[in-house]
Amino acid sequence: MSLKIVVCVKYVPDATGDRGFTEDLTTDRESEGLLSELDEYAVEQALRIAEDADDAEVTVVTAGPEDANDALRKALSMGADKAVHIEDEDMVGSDVFATSLVLAKAVEHVGYDLVVCGMASTDGAMGVLPALLAERLQVPQVTLLSEVSVAEGEVTGRRDGDAATERLQAALPAVVSVTDQSGEARYPSFKGIMAAKKKPVESLDLEDLDIETEQVGPEGSRTKVESATPRPARTAGEVVTDEGDGAEKLAAFLAERKFV
Amino acid sequence: MAEVLVLVDHLEGAVRKPTLELLTLARRLGDPVAVHLGPGAETAAATLAEHGATRVLAADAPEFADYLVAPKVDALRAAVDAVSPAVVLVSSSPEGKEIAARLALRTDSGLLTDAVDITAGDEGPVVSQSVFAAAYTTTSRVTQGTPVITVKPNAVTPEPAQAAGTVEELSVSFGPLATGTRVVSRTPRESTGRPELTEAAIVVSGGRGVNGAENFALIEALADSLGGAVGASRAAVDAGWYPHSHQVGQTGKTVSPQLYVAAGISGAIQHRAGMQTSKTIVAINKDSDAPIFELVDYGVVGDLFEVVPALTEQVNTRKG
Repeated sequence: MSLKIVVCVKYVPDATGDRGFTEDLTTDRESEGLLSELDEYAVEQALRIAEDADDAEVTVVTAGPEDANDALRKALSMGADKAVHIEDEDMVGSDVFATSLVLAKAVEHVGYDLVVCGMASTDGAMGVLPALLAERLQVPQVTLLSEVSVAEGEVTGRRDGDAATERLQAALPAVVSVTDQSGEARYPSFKGIMAAKKKPVESLDLEDLDIETEQVGPEGSRTKVESATPRPARTAGEVVTDEGDGAEKLAAFLAERKFV
Repeated sequence: MAEVLVLVDHLEGAVRKPTLELLTLARRLGDPVAVHLGPGAETAAATLAEHGATRVLAADAPEFADYLVAPKVDALRAAVDAVSPAVVLVSSSPEGKEIAARLALRTDSGLLTDAVDITAGDEGPVVSQSVFAAAYTTTSRVTQGTPVITVKPNAVTPEPAQAAGTVEELSVSFGPLATGTRVVSRTPRESTGRPELTEAAIVVSGGRGVNGAENFALIEALADSLGGAVGASRAAVDAGWYPHSHQVGQTGKTVSPQLYVAAGISGAIQHRAGMQTSKTIVAINKDSDAPIFELVDYGVVGDLFEVVPALTEQVNTRKG
């Protein structure tokens, strides 16, 4: 019996570049983007689980603009079997609830035993999408795993929390998310990159998923950004070169600020 | 007056500091009502009352410890139904955010996470967030349902304000999803005796420049002299010098202490995302061109192996 794995990925603005907002206070997605680094870990774990299974298929899903195709190609070149791209201009300005609706419908469209997500996106960074997917799909949430494995219809994993490390277990189907501690993502090989060009990418819009326009975009969003202010540059403080007295000067500064 | 639900973060009744911050913020918006899940409600109630909780809704069941997240969503939903609050506040821990998100979905409400400030507004609470590695501050509002807001630690200083804190039993029935993900075992982290990283008023972090696990003793000694927590950059964590639970940055913890000390950290965007909102920043780095110096209130260009131990000694001496 084939294990169907769906990986949800996001195309994000490059975190090392300048990021900002458009006039209507949505994330500016004009700049060059890429597969969210944290989603590479999700693709990696999905591939490892698939390799350990007798028979498995990995489908990578994204909802986003045309360029988001780059994120899918990256995942396909790492080794995913096929991809689904949900693109619809009505989705622009969607919040996490709208996005989770679109992805949940897409995951159901593909069919799944296991959904794998990254721990958070590198732009919105809320980290709640996996939990919302589980709630929408009405399946167990097994999230923030630093270690994950699948056997005999069950997923198990290790969740490292602030106060404790937990071992978790749930029956499939389930939604998991993996952290950047789960294992280094592989680099696509030249062969992988060439093969990716021939792998199928299914394009879907909202109508294909039976989603109404008013359920997504600004209309379907439950929050509104009212202002976005660039953080004032920190006024450069004093920087001294240590000539044997650096520690003393620093201690005096800390004392002046009443930290000592 | 409207009531504001506050989900209590506690360990067997010992209330964690971020919850007291939530109660302080809640008082700006209405009368705080605390929701205590698991054992220890009677113990917690005294602390919660001191910080303004008018009521403490308590539920205890093995499900809260034995299964992940979902049982607490059921309970918080029951509390929302019982109280019809104006706002629900939850700590921005990973678990807190997951509970908050699922609650918001179930109650058809909007969610704002990682708030750094909340003020009362004519159309509901106005929430400040720090986004894109703290390059922007945004203000947002929930436009649908009962606002669910998660708040970052250190958003405010907890202020005592005695209230009744009457303990009332909250009746919870668990749905089919509650027992979906079983917690097979739980190993508590060994206590270091230092403050919790995200809650600490002072954080001392080490990076690539620390150059080895054994050298983190220098960072720990400085942290101990200042009564602070120890952090580490991703480079130091990836090198295996310090545990991942101490990583400060985009994929680790976000901290916002009164004082952040960066030793041997260059200040890459990944790291800055996790510490840029600290009130006072100081750095020690041998490279005068390190980007961390663009952020500092005070910086020392020098060898951390000389400056850090000398600073520890200075601090200890000044403390007398």
